Order: sequence, then C-alpha cells, then structure tokens
Amino acid sequence: MADKSSSSAYWAANLRVIYISLAIWFICSFGIGILLRPALSGISIGGADLGFWFAQNGSIYVFLVLIFVYAAKMNKIDRDHGVEE
Amino acid sequence: MDQFTLNLIVIGLSFCLYFGIAFWARAGTTAEFYAAGQGVGPVVNGMATAADWMSAASFISMAGLIAFGGYNNSVFLMGWTGGYVLLALLLAPYLRKFGKFTVPEFVGDRFYSTSARMVAVICLLVISITYVIGQMVGVGVTFARFLEVSTTTGLLIGSAVVFAYAVFGGMKGITYTQVAQYVVLISAYTVPAIFISLSLTGNFVPQLGLIGGYAPTGGDTYFLDKLDQVVTDLGFAAYTADTTNMLNMFLVTMSLMIGTAGLPHVIIRFFTVAKVSDARISAGWALVFIALLYTVAPAVGSMARLNITTTFWPGAVQGETFSQPALSIAEIDSNPDLAWIRNWEKTGLLSFSDRNGDGLIQYFNEPAPVAAANKAVTDANAALTAAAADADKAPLEAAVAAAITARDAVLAETMLGGRSLAEQGFVGNELTTVNNDIMVLANPEIAALPGWVIALVAAGGLAAALSTAAGLLLAISSAISHDLIKGALRPDISEKGELLAARISMAFAIVLATWLGLNPPGFAAQVVALAFGLAAATIFPVLMMGIFSTFVTKEGAIVGMLVGLVSTALYIFIYLGFFFVPGTNWLPNTPAAHWMGISPAAFGPIGALLNFVTAYLVSMMTKAPPQDVQDLIQSIRVPKGAGAAQAH
Repeated sequence: MADKSSSSAYWAANLRVIYISLAIWFICSFGIGILLRPALSGISIGGADLGFWFAQNGSIYVFLVLIFVYAAKMNKIDRDHGVEE
Repeated sequence: MDQFTLNLIVIGLSFCLYFGIAFWARAGTTAEFYAAGQGVGPVVNGMATAADWMSAASFISMAGLIAFGGYNNSVFLMGWTGGYVLLALLLAPYLRKFGKFTVPEFVGDRFYSTSARMVAVICLLVISITYVIGQMVGVGVTFARFLEVSTTTGLLIGSAVVFAYAVFGGMKGITYTQVAQYVVLISAYTVPAIFISLSLTGNFVPQLGLIGGYAPTGGDTYFLDKLDQVVTDLGFAAYTADTTNMLNMFLVTMSLMIGTAGLPHVIIRFFTVAKVSDARISAGWALVFIALLYTVAPAVGSMARLNITTTFWPGAVQGETFSQPALSIAEIDSNPDLAWIRNWEKTGLLSFSDRNGDGLIQYFNEPAPVAAANKAVTDANAALTAAAADADKAPLEAAVAAAITARDAVLAETMLGGRSLAEQGFVGNELTTVNNDIMVLANPEIAALPGWVIALVAAGGLAAALSTAAGLLLAISSAISHDLIKGALRPDISEKGELLAARISMAFAIVLATWLGLNPPGFAAQVVALAFGLAAATIFPVLMMGIFSTFVTKEGAIVGMLVGLVSTALYIFIYLGFFFVPGTNWLPNTPAAHWMGISPAAFGPIGALLNFVTAYLVSMMTKAPPQDVQDLIQSIRVPKGAGAAQAH
C-alpha cells in the first residue's frame, strides 16, 4: 500500500471527482428532468420540451457519459498516485 | 406453421442455448459458485448485469406504465438507470477491492461484528425474497401466456428451468447464461420498436422518432403533439403533462436510484470482475446495455398507445379525433389486420363491450360522475333481476327508470370533443380493459410484423424473467451458505462442504420462491416497491458509511440498519396493510391520506436519512472502530493490491 500522506492525497482527489460527478448526476435528472422543468419549458428538443426529454431520454445519456468519463479520470488519478493495480 | 408452434420452436431453441451454456460453465469451486472465479471481463459482466437487472417487469410492463402515466412515470426511466451512477462512484470499486463474496460479509468485517453481519443478512433476505416473489409471479404469467398453460404450470416449468442451470452453474453458469438471455431480450424489444417507429414517424431510430414528426400526416405535426391532442380529446391527461406532485416525483426517483444501488443481487455482480478499474467501467457497460432498452421504452409505450387509440378512432390518424365514427365490431371481425384484438381479448388483457348497442366501440376516459351513474343503473338492474318471481316488481322497475333518467341527465351535461355524450349517443367507455402489458406483448401484431418477431418477443419475455430470478436466487443462497452457515454456524466447514451447502441453499431458495410465487402475499407490484424502499433505507446507507466514514461504529451500523428497515416497512404497511394482508392498513392508500403527499414507494430516501442520522448519533456515543478496521478502510480505498478473492 502507498504511504499514508500519498494515500490521503489520492483519497482527496477521488472525492473531488465524486463530488463533481454527483453534481452533474443530480442536475441532469432531478434538476432539469424534474425541478426545473416548468422553468425550462420554453426550450425544445424536436417535439419535446427540454425537461421532458431529459426525464425520458437525456438524463440516461448523461449518466452513460458520466460513468465512462469518471472511470477514465480515476484510472489517471490511480496512475498519478501510483496506486493502480 | 401456426403461431403457437413457431413460439414453441423459438422458445425451445433459446432454452437449449441456456442449458448448453450452463453445462459448459458449471461451477467447480465456491469462488466460481459465488463470484464466477472473478475472471469475468467488464463488458461481459456489464451485459450479464443488464440481463440480471431487467426483469419481466422492465421488459413487459414498463412501456405500458410509461404509456399511460406519461411524464409522471419517467421516474422509472431515471430511477432505474441513475442508480448505476451511484454504484460506479460510491460502491462497486471499493467492494471489489474488499474482494470477498457477499454484501453481509463486507458489513461484518467493516463493522467488526457477526451481529452486524446477521442484521445485514436479514435485510438482504427481506429485500431479495420480496423481490423474487414479483419475479416468480412474472415467470408464471409469462410462461402461461406464451406456452398456453395455467399460471401454476407456467411457474413450475420456469422454476424447473432455473433449477437446472442455477444449482449446477452457480454464478459462473448464471453469468454466461445471462449474456445469452440479454441478446435474446434486447433483440425482442428493439426489433418491433424499429418497425413501429418507422411506420409512425418515418425514423427507424425509436429514440429520434419520439421527438420527430408524425409521418401519416406528412411529418409537419410533432408525434408528441399528435399524441397529446388525441388523448386529451378523449378526456385523458396529456402524455407530456406536468406532474401534480413534484416532491413525490423527486422522492420516488431518489428511492429507485439508491434502491437500485443497494440491491444485493446487483452489487454482487461487481464481485465477479478481475480488477477495481474493471468494476468502475463495468457499471458503465451495464448502463450501455440497460440504456438500449430504457431509452427505447418511452418510444414503445407512447407509439403503441397512439396506435391503439387510432385503431379505435380511425379518424384521428388524418384529422380530428371525432371526424369519423369509432371502430365497428363488424370491422374487428372482418379485417385480418385487426385479428389481434380478438386474440388478446381471449387473454383478458383487452376487453370491450358495446354498451350503447350501436355496433361501434367508443373508447374514452369515462369521467367519475358518468361511471357512478352507470354503476347505479347496473345495480338497479341487478336488483330487479335478483328479485323473487312473486315479488312486487313495480318499485324496482321504478328504481331502474329513475337511475336511467339520472344517468341520462349526467350524459347530457358531460362534454367530450365539444359535444355532450348524450348528443353523440355515448353511454360510457366501451374499451373496458387495456392492460399495461399489452403495449409490449401485442406490439408486433398491432404493427402487423411477421410471426417470427412475435415468437422472439415471447422468448425475450421469458429470458427477462428467468435471468432476474436466477440472479436473485444466487444472492439469497450465498447469504445462507456463506454468511449464515460458513460465517456463523459452521466456520470450520470445508470448501467441498460449503459448495454443497451453497447448492442445497439454492435448491431450497428455489422451492421457497416457487411456493411464494404460487401464494403471493397481497399484490406483487407493491411488494417490489417495498424491496426498493428497503434496499434504499438499509443496504445502501450501511455500505456508504462503511466506505466513506472511518467514524461509524458497529453499534451505529446495527441500530441504523434496524431504524431504516423498521421505519420504511412501517410506512409502507400503514398504507398497504401489515405484511400486505388486505384490510389491515391504518390509512387508505390515496394521495390525500399520504403524509405530506409522500407515497409508500417514495419513502426510501427518508428511511435512508433516518439510518444515516441514527448511525452517526449512536457512533458518537460508542467506542471508535479499532485499528485493524481503520486499516481495512484505508486498504479498500486504494485499488492497488486487489487480488483474487480469499476464501478466508
């Protein structure tokens, strides 16, 4: 295992990625898909308003991209801190 | 060749494939039985997770739920996919690094207590058993429908099939079978969707068709606008209508998301990959394969709903909904393209009755006063029919006449499409049953697709039901043989003995699940809501705290789990009856009676919050976790050194 100080720096970097990812996760589903739908009803994607489209399709695409970006970011952080497998 | 023979051939071939794979990938060690030897690639694991995850409910019922619930039921789309973000970020990589076989094992080690492990076993069994009841009912219904046998026979056949490959194959057999089942179910779902999207929107990508133009009128009107117009003309809420209870929609979505991340049978799938980085990316692959179905589902639901509606109101295709009379019974019986209506009427999923005797079937949303007035007429007639032959019938006949007069008054003042019901000669809605499930099951026939597509949908429904049941049964049996027997009762059991115990537990779990499937307590659908609520309120918080806090103690974890379990179960029982026994509920399950408008299915996040708060308060009052536990927490937080799982 890496020494104590480098492993706590690794953990802090990991937590930062998690916070940012969770913020995106929340905004695209609960934010745009539910809470902000009435406010965003003027914006449309084809035949749907933005909030409706995010609730039925858009949030799922964001989730997908989010997990792959997260996985790539974490692989890089693992290597930078020398804790990769 | 008739449709039934074709169904049997396609289903039979798919079963041969599953058995063949299970024989090839049978488990020889406990590591293979519990975690497929931890040698599964991330893409393969993602595909198996998708099949494990998508049940008969996802495959058959979800599109119909969305079709009739519209925007409000987007909670299923976001909730059942967003949970994978939480799994990837918060649970899967750390639990894989921990490197053992079951969820309770992690709880037991991190909270240095066999009691904590046993409380986790209880939570796991409650969650997985309630979940498996819904699946076994689904297996029975699906087999019954496609093999034309009774539900009981269907359930027994399904159990026998799962028994054959899960008991011998364990996680290894189940994983590779699930890959095959995924391929079958996703083709069965998307092929009809492509055809139906092409005919309604001219776009062969259903996700684009959903937001595209409506093809039969040249594409100038958006498909969603057309759907909204047709259903609101008939008195239904618009498909895209806003929610009336934003707080409840928020909480249901949250409950389904954290519930998904806390379901043991999903979590254990991430124990099967070789590395921590594989666990992260595997959640992404799982979501790719799940999203293929989930992003198509709203298109399938909304398009099937428009198709059914315009079938009964042919004028709605080109112009106004009421520009032509409703579909006639003569047409249903003579037009071969409409043969599906009579076919599905036989199953009870669709039913109609010509209540005003005009030979046409008027389909619309019957307002409550009309329904009440119609019921009064039916009741008065029933009383007249039931009266003894020598009784004085005059008052009863007068009651019938009065009820009819009252009903006609209601019909005269109820408007539909700008004219009163009385003026149009409508008495009430005549398409009396449209089951949710028909949106997927009848889809190929409504779109007049070839027989092999119909057979494929049958095989897909069975694959969805079987794969989820097998995954759940594995979670149950490993909790019994690994946590209960090896972890607590007989720690000195040999590797061979544990493998035998695992197989016996699996057989026992199948028998129990079959029995519960034959005698379900209350309503299967509501039982599944309980499983998500409990997973959200117990397993998810305890795992989160185990990974992200060095502070939470064994006492905190145990009390927290119990508070989450009891509060959530209690809130659900208050509205749905204690242990779902009908009639034992304290309050009616209606939005008006719900506390702050929060439905039983939305309570999970609140139970989780209670769990977190209790665990922190209790931890503040108890002795901090010992040093070796602190070391364990530090070690699961870094990927380095994740080897094969230790048998102990």
